[in-house]
Amino acid sequence: MLDHFQSEEHSEGGDQVRTSRSELHVVAPSISVPKRIVRLWEYRPLLVSMVRKELSVKYKNSVLGFVWSMLNPALTLIIYFVVFQLVLKNGIPQFAIFLLCGLVVWNFFSNAIMSATGSVVANAGIIKKVSFPREVLPLASVGSSMVFFFLQSIVLVIALIIARDVPAFSYLPLLVFAFVDLMIFSGAIAILLGALNVFYRDTQHLLEIVLMAWFWATPIVYPYQQIAVPLMRHGILFLDFISPMTAIVLTFQRVLYAKVSPLGVSHTPVHILPTNSVAWFAGQLTIVLVVSTILFVIALKVFGRMEGNFAEEL
Amino acid sequence: MSNAIEVDDVTKVFRLYSEKFSSLKERVIHGGKNPFQEFYALKNVSLEIQEGTSVGLLGHNGSGKSTLLKTIAGIIQPNSGEIRVKGRVSAMLEVGAGFHPELSGRDNIFLSATLLGLPVKEVKSRFDEIVEFSELGQFIDNQVKYYSSGMYARLGFAVAVNVDPDVLLVDEVLAVGDENFQRKCVERIKSFQKDGRTIVFVSHSPDLVRAICDFAYVLDHGNLIGEGSPAVAIADLRDSLSRNKGHVGGAIIGDAAAEGDPGVVLPADEPIVITSVKAVVEGKQTGDSTRIAPHDPLKIVVAYAAKREVSGANLTLSIIAPNSESVFTANSLDLKTDPFDIDSDGVFELYFDSVPLLDGVYGIAVTINDSTRVPLAWAEEKIGFQVVNPSLVSGLVALEFRVISK
Repeated sequence: MLDHFQSEEHSEGGDQVRTSRSELHVVAPSISVPKRIVRLWEYRPLLVSMVRKELSVKYKNSVLGFVWSMLNPALTLIIYFVVFQLVLKNGIPQFAIFLLCGLVVWNFFSNAIMSATGSVVANAGIIKKVSFPREVLPLASVGSSMVFFFLQSIVLVIALIIARDVPAFSYLPLLVFAFVDLMIFSGAIAILLGALNVFYRDTQHLLEIVLMAWFWATPIVYPYQQIAVPLMRHGILFLDFISPMTAIVLTFQRVLYAKVSPLGVSHTPVHILPTNSVAWFAGQLTIVLVVSTILFVIALKVFGRMEGNFAEEL
Repeated sequence: MSNAIEVDDVTKVFRLYSEKFSSLKERVIHGGKNPFQEFYALKNVSLEIQEGTSVGLLGHNGSGKSTLLKTIAGIIQPNSGEIRVKGRVSAMLEVGAGFHPELSGRDNIFLSATLLGLPVKEVKSRFDEIVEFSELGQFIDNQVKYYSSGMYARLGFAVAVNVDPDVLLVDEVLAVGDENFQRKCVERIKSFQKDGRTIVFVSHSPDLVRAICDFAYVLDHGNLIGEGSPAVAIADLRDSLSRNKGHVGGAIIGDAAAEGDPGVVLPADEPIVITSVKAVVEGKQTGDSTRIAPHDPLKIVVAYAAKREVSGANLTLSIIAPNSESVFTANSLDLKTDPFDIDSDGVFELYFDSVPLLDGVYGIAVTINDSTRVPLAWAEEKIGFQVVNPSLVSGLVALEFRVISK
């Protein structure tokens, strides 16, 4: 051990005068949002290690490891195929694939914000002892959910290949757009709820109820046209687009499921997805992007106001 | 030299709830009201810490010293005021902060180091050094949950000191771990001092502050009440203790006079006050300082003035080395001496048959305690006695030794 000290001194002997870094940390009652974002950016290695931690902790002791998270959507796919295409026959062609397109997106969203809600409270130990941008905690939940999202997407792609379904290639760039929207929107909600749960510990229970209602309000299980037609008749179609998830889910369905009005069992067309053009989808996604970004900034501001009391409240 | 840390008019208020309603349901039931009391942990504290200095924050429990350290670290935000810290900060408030038991030591190094703000590239380049410092060897790939507490602490400390901080904030972490580990901590902190890094050290152990710091601040109930060299600050700390509890009085006798301080503080309601501490060498006392040679006998005379009767009193003596560490501390009760009943002014005489110390000026610190060993009176003589060593051996302790060639 003593050797260690000596060797260390020796190695630093070359540059005798140690020049300290000059970056300035300011601790003040409130820190502006741009500064928070800069600090968050500096801590991206932490975000990566937190995501790695969550993933390896979750699957450390299971032999199947990551295969587990692919098994779940695969089984869902098979069950829905059997139930809705062989037994119940709801008339939507390739219903299992249609469902999975929306479900993959929704699973990501609900996983991300559910685990983000508890993330700050769960990490009380390090919050009291270490200084780091606390937004990393809910964002790490979003990050690890993203990994599962990609794993589940693999199942979806395999299903598409098996079913010989061709995605709508002209709409393909929208997928990236929708994905970015999804990340920002989930991140904003995750940060908000993570902070809120510190002060109202029952947020998690309330969220479960809200998420269930939200799930059925989003066209995932039923096709969009089924709800859009009656809404349009009353001139309240906008209601369906209050939730940014609607536009995101619709884009995924439009690109991957790709069948707008396929012929049903009795050779009459079944109206499933909006017939609108790429430009309409892009417009919807732009609105979602703007709303999500504003929400993200608000979330950072709210988080920043609450953050000062985290170490005391936990 | 510029300032590494500037604390500018910082106030921190904690809310103390008698019962905390932490769910929405409870808040609704109680009509949104959640009664609390305000507690000022820091009141308009301003201080500056220069680059490259080691500064101690002293104070009794609840004085706000840990709160101040946490606000400097950025863990707690102040209610008003601002703190500016230059360079990379590493706060050692807990060894192994952020470790996850399910992960291997290797993964935890990455997790903990990135938590402290280290870029991945730097973690990789320091990885071997961290493992070597932790002495974990092959166990580095085992899950942390199977580590002994010693291994855990070593790994945590290895990460914390290898983040190459410009400013190191240390709380009482040195109090944990075995002696070897503590020695390692102190050694590493001293090597940091040599590098010219800034260290802020919180402790309620005056001995450690004396050993490590070159300047100290004293906090009391959230106010900054004293600053100066560790000796002066420690005197301020004991003064504040005496004001708070009303029964510990004391002063630094030699040092206070040397630095032009008002001198001996004699609060009015002390039951007992130590008036002088003197080292006496039988037959050859010369001037202020008393010189002895290694292994000479020594007598220490402690004079006190008593206002009230104290039964079961006992006395603690420390001999303080030139590097401010205690070389010897003993309580009279441990020497199988009966407790003393004090009712008026008097004198204790303490005898050493032989003082096996080498060159240096040694201080003497004395406390007179009640039967439960709570100090009633305290005094410290900075220049107690001087040892002049006629032989050629060096060091602190005059060990008797021989060399035999066979």
